[in-house]
Amino acid sequence: MLRLEKLTKTYKTGDKALQDIDLEVPSGQVLALIGPSGAGKSTLIRCINRLVEPTGGAVMLDGEDLTRLGSGALRRARREMGMIFQEYALVERLTVMENVLSGRLGYVGFWRSFLRRYPQKDVDEAFRLLDRVGLLHMADKRADELSGGQRQRVGICRALIQDPKLLLVDEPTASLDPKTSRQIMRLITELCRERGLAAIINIHDVLLAQMFVPRIVGLRFGEIVFDGPPEGLTPDKLTEIYGEEDWEATIEKVEDEEDIEAAE
Amino acid sequence: MPVFDKDGAQVWRLRTPREKLIRLGGWLIGLVIFAICWQRISEATTWFFVWDAPRIANDIWTRATPPRWEYITQLGRPIWDTLNIATLGTIIALFLAVPVAFLAARNTTPSKLFIRPIALLIIVSTRSINSLIWALLLIAIIGPGVFAGVVAIAIRSIGFCAKLLYEAIEEIDHAQVEAITATGASRWQVMAYGIVPQIMPAFAGVAVFRWDINIRESTVLGLVGAGGIGLQLSASLNVLAWPQVSLILLVILAAVVISEWVSAKVRGAII
Amino acid sequence: MSHRELDDMLGKGWRKPHFVKSPLLRWGLTLGFLAYLGAAYLTIEIDWGRVYAGLDRGWQFVLSFTRPDFISRAGDIWGGLLESIVMTVAASVVGIAISIPIGLGAARNVAPLPVYVICRGIVAVSRALQEIIVAILLVAIFGFGPLAGFLTLSFATIGFLSKLLAEDIEAMDKVQAEAIRASGARWMQWINYGVQPQVMPRLVGLSMYRIDINFRESAILGLVGAGGIGATLNTAFDRYEYDTAAAILILIIGIVMALEYLSGVIRARVQ
Repeated sequence: MLRLEKLTKTYKTGDKALQDIDLEVPSGQVLALIGPSGAGKSTLIRCINRLVEPTGGAVMLDGEDLTRLGSGALRRARREMGMIFQEYALVERLTVMENVLSGRLGYVGFWRSFLRRYPQKDVDEAFRLLDRVGLLHMADKRADELSGGQRQRVGICRALIQDPKLLLVDEPTASLDPKTSRQIMRLITELCRERGLAAIINIHDVLLAQMFVPRIVGLRFGEIVFDGPPEGLTPDKLTEIYGEEDWEATIEKVEDEEDIEAAE
Repeated sequence: MPVFDKDGAQVWRLRTPREKLIRLGGWLIGLVIFAICWQRISEATTWFFVWDAPRIANDIWTRATPPRWEYITQLGRPIWDTLNIATLGTIIALFLAVPVAFLAARNTTPSKLFIRPIALLIIVSTRSINSLIWALLLIAIIGPGVFAGVVAIAIRSIGFCAKLLYEAIEEIDHAQVEAITATGASRWQVMAYGIVPQIMPAFAGVAVFRWDINIRESTVLGLVGAGGIGLQLSASLNVLAWPQVSLILLVILAAVVISEWVSAKVRGAII
Repeated sequence: MSHRELDDMLGKGWRKPHFVKSPLLRWGLTLGFLAYLGAAYLTIEIDWGRVYAGLDRGWQFVLSFTRPDFISRAGDIWGGLLESIVMTVAASVVGIAISIPIGLGAARNVAPLPVYVICRGIVAVSRALQEIIVAILLVAIFGFGPLAGFLTLSFATIGFLSKLLAEDIEAMDKVQAEAIRASGARWMQWINYGVQPQVMPRLVGLSMYRIDINFRESAILGLVGAGGIGATLNTAFDRYEYDTAAAILILIIGIVMALEYLSGVIRARVQ
């Protein structure tokens, strides 16, 4: 369903974030993208829905090359891809319900969305999703009143109400405690199964990935160095991905952990 | 942190002699500039009047007290005009400042090379020129009256409001905008859902803050003929009616204190 | 339980909860505001014929910015500008020098209560009175000329700077100050070592900002005879010499921009 062909991204600074990535994701498959920070995980999923413009290659979604679309067609294509973010990225000053309904923005006109007059079936769907993640009673709370785990659930609802074929998930657990992290991962994978969604999940926590996801892709310096089931992820392979024998890479990894702590 | 050997003892100083010299020189130059400035002011001053000042001040004080309280019945309309100048001026300014702010903010401007500098020029030129000067100009163009005052306040406030707003726009959380963009929202929807909610508190704060300042400024616009209570002040000063002047000053003082109180209350309620 | 709740909600419409919860208050506020706007608009007498006639002159003024006339009144312009700058420099130096002790006195954690009350009183009076009104009174007392302007700006600087300085001192880190006091320092030493390093960068930044404001204000003091470029500008408007007025305005905007740039550089260096 989704196929990346020689996808390349070179930043203006000259950093080669992605180099000739080839990847195929069949319908309904959930895969985890692992690798050290700076390996290009985040860039990869942002190149798929073109929040970051790729510099070369193609992103084929159901046979259509997304990199060639004009702005109107790109917006229609984005409706097919729900995105879930690291720091939830909810609009903090809007209510939970508005945040969920904002997932329908690609389907409703400007004035309808501006006046908050969404079609009844969207409203019903929003209620159903909030009920599914156990937050129905919070519908009229403002997003900044929620806890981290609750916010991420709202983020999931926002992505799902788009009625996507594919979920792009960027470090969904990076700012959550271990227990909530597992709950969120379980919720995402369950929902994908229920709805038959494909998903690409960026995750730095290898254990979590192995626990919930049937296919793992390892990224290092913008290149795929592993692609297989969780069992295939031997210590050797991990060393290849994270490069633990490499001093420089080890120092980098320590800095990453500090970054994450700072983000919390 | 230099340490010197002096008579066999170690002496610590904060600065090296060279640094000391430069600092001393800087202070000296500053002092000379100040002396020159003072010299020029002093040349332009009739010192006889200055020595006479305590007597004159005392004289004005005895004439101005007590204020002519019954004059307040004639101040109702001017106060109403002053309030209108400030409020309508602020509202018009906000309507104009919002688009300017979006054009000036680095992350929302359509063109950094052409449109942003124009927006910044509008901001700096309307901000640098006092509302009294704008009023002078507008009176020359559209004639004296309250309307000139409203427009003067509006123009002057554009730059102020737009500057604070565009700084707020540049500080927004980009992830929220990205999330709305990822849903397939159009440009205007991203604006309405991703950006506007984030700058709403700043907008409300700026509006009330500027309204407070505008109340102050509109009390004196009448001095140049642009309506409001300043008109009465100017008229009373011209005929040296000091008891009226003191009453008007008291009224202005009260207006300033009340508007500051209102603005503090409203800002507290919003943020 | 929760599913029954869901069944109740399905099919029902959803509206964004209102900012003001009570509908009566909400409608009351909206109608009241609209009524005020209507009343305000109706009481402003706008002579549209006069405005229309003025548009032509307004356009002339805009055009004059393309051909500003620095030459015809060069003497008046440079004289006035120099006087404005001289007043700004002298008033800023004196104002900043005086506002430091008053700022210390107005900080509750540094000053004893009687000193605090007196200093806060000075700050309140200075802030409540606008520059132009102070200038009118000082011109009446000291006579025309830059001395009145200088005193006005100094007085206004004291109110502005002392208040912000005092707030900064009150918000400083207590531990650092206590550490110095614990070493047995006298009051002056304590201020010098415990307080000054903490508030110095902000004091420099605020002083630069105030110099900027002082220059802008000095441009209007001339309107009431307190010296500076304002008088020249007023004359230019009176004589409909828009080219000269445009030249003066361009100079003011240019100097304000230069000052803002300079203060940006200095603030970046001290922080």
